[in-house]
Amino acid sequence: MIVSKDRASSVLFLVLAFAALGGVFGLLDAPFVAAVQVLVYAGAIMVLFIFVIMMVDRRNDREPKKKNLASIFAGILAVGLLIELLLAAREMVPGMGNAGPAGSADTAGLGSLLFEKYLYHLEIASILILAALMGAISLARKGTMPK
Amino acid sequence: MIPGSYFLVLSFVLFALGVAAFFIKRDLITMFMAVEVMLNSANLAFLTFAKSSSALDGQVIVFFVITVAAAEAAVGLAIVLVVFRQKKSIRCDDLDLMKG
Repeated sequence: MIVSKDRASSVLFLVLAFAALGGVFGLLDAPFVAAVQVLVYAGAIMVLFIFVIMMVDRRNDREPKKKNLASIFAGILAVGLLIELLLAAREMVPGMGNAGPAGSADTAGLGSLLFEKYLYHLEIASILILAALMGAISLARKGTMPK
Repeated sequence: MIPGSYFLVLSFVLFALGVAAFFIKRDLITMFMAVEVMLNSANLAFLTFAKSSSALDGQVIVFFVITVAAAEAAVGLAIVLVVFRQKKSIRCDDLDLMKG
């Protein structure tokens, strides 16, 4: 995704990466989250990205060559962050093995937890989705923007 | 059985790659994609800890993170469209309206 010059191909690489990450979620005893990941991320959000690229992309809008300094700083920042995260998690990592088969790690348990303990959070998330939908519509609608 | 630390290291690598992509790429759509990568690495870390502690609450949090990411992508891409309509460009170097 970083090295690709073309935005559309980087979106397709990202779809591949998210689908693979859904498989990893499936390995982590979370089949429902894996399904949601594949449907929502690799499906819906990436289709949204592809639509926006289709509306926006122009061939003369390529990456310029003079971005070496920022790239070097970004690489240093990313590598430093990775080392720092690994150092921070090093004491904790040997302790966390596989904690055996989780007792109720199934979709029914997840659903009952989601609709009983976290019901208010779910409602707030749905209101957030509604607000984001209306905000996106009112932002992207033609004719409302001032010149 | 894959130990949980592998998943955690994968999550860290994904997060670092997301940070690198966010600062290397200069157009808004790819920066949004980098944000999505970072959110997904957080999801992976949540699921790893949820498995290692045998609790389902981590999966619920991942669910909410996916919800918020979807909302953020919708609003952000609408903002990208508006910016493109006004500036005819989505490179973030061209958005220097607030530069002093």
